[in-house]
Amino acid sequence: MINKVVASAYEAIANISNGAVLMVGGFGLCGIPENCIAALLQKGIGELTCISNNAGIDDFGLGLLLQTKQIKKMISSYVGENEEFERQMLSGELQVELVPQGTLAERIRAGGAGIPAFFTPAGVGTEVAEGKETRTFDGKVYLMESWLKADFALVKAWKGDTAGNLIYKGTARNFNPMMATAGNITIAEVEHLVPAGTLDPNQIHTSGIYVHHIFEGKNYEKRIENRTIKS
Amino acid sequence: MLTKYQIAQRIAKEVQDGFYVNLGIGIPTLVANYIPETMNVVLQSENGLLGMGAFPNEAEVDADLINAGKQTITMQVGASLFNSADSFAMIRSGKINLTILGAMEVSENGDIANWKVPGKMVKGMGGAMDLVASAKNIIVAMQHCSKDGKSKLLKKCTLPLTGLGCVKKIVSDLAVLAVLPTGGFQLLERAPNVGTDFILNATEGKLIIEGEIPEMQFD
Repeated sequence: MINKVVASAYEAIANISNGAVLMVGGFGLCGIPENCIAALLQKGIGELTCISNNAGIDDFGLGLLLQTKQIKKMISSYVGENEEFERQMLSGELQVELVPQGTLAERIRAGGAGIPAFFTPAGVGTEVAEGKETRTFDGKVYLMESWLKADFALVKAWKGDTAGNLIYKGTARNFNPMMATAGNITIAEVEHLVPAGTLDPNQIHTSGIYVHHIFEGKNYEKRIENRTIKS
Repeated sequence: MLTKYQIAQRIAKEVQDGFYVNLGIGIPTLVANYIPETMNVVLQSENGLLGMGAFPNEAEVDADLINAGKQTITMQVGASLFNSADSFAMIRSGKINLTILGAMEVSENGDIANWKVPGKMVKGMGGAMDLVASAKNIIVAMQHCSKDGKSKLLKKCTLPLTGLGCVKKIVSDLAVLAVLPTGGFQLLERAPNVGTDFILNATEGKLIIEGEIPEMQFD
């Protein structure tokens, strides 16, 4: 067993420096690496490129790093619900690459699977297709999209063990498993860190080979964007 | 003219027993309320859930269980969870029987625009481009005209496109229309007390009216 445990978020992100390309897990505020984001905020690293489905809200998630202008570029599928984001994008302070959600997920998966490109029908005939190669298979037109990789992938899981194996809960899984595979260095924060041998190997979602550093996160807020109750 | 609830109620009639269905944000989400409980229908939420259930009560609220609109939800019996790549794999490979989504414009050849208003709304396409490019059957829920009375059923879309030639059917506040493979909106049903002339005037694209057009029936 190779031990992947570090003491804190601050120790885990110690090697992230200005200009790094990061993948940040989560869908909305569900399944985001809260502790790593807080550590990046505290450390004040800038010029970051963040690959993340969303950009958080004004005062939580990646929105925190937008407020402090630590992010130079976002690669996302949906960035609503964030006024500061919109302001920075329209003023040109922030570079934004919008990618269809399934294409984003597959580009990350491809990055982690050693596949440089693939063909998808999403975006054919739209501005997403501009400048991209198309090809016809079985009479239908597809668009070539390339892999995405990152210097660091920051993921959040429910449980993890000292060998770096991860189990996610509910829809907090989302982009986390693919991102874990596509980071040159992958940092996992978990709600419950347990000794190797405790988790059932049949139930592991992300194998420890993909995880370089793991720690138990603290003080999870797990904010809900749209608390909706049965009427 | 139909309310958004009536649009949702009418669309629910298109859902069949045994269907896997993806519902978009807005009016499409309301469709779930009108699917009969006796019908076996599984709702897909593209953030990684098959078998989306009703909204939770206070005690059931779980921050780790949301839908694509980031609303808290519950799971049906038989539900399953997966990652975003698997979610779009099932969408791309045509496993979803029906996709229902909103639109800002639809053209007479089935092009759809629903993600961007240049200079005004640039929130991103989310999963809409993947869904429209791969769905076998797409029904659009929309207002027939804008607030200032301009038709949204056009010869050609003016807004940036989400997908090409993909819309099969439209339920608007005025009518149910099929988008024909040869081009044109075929009028299938009228909203109660809305005449064919009114719909003709509200439709900029080619409207095809054959025979008597029945009024929509609500149970």
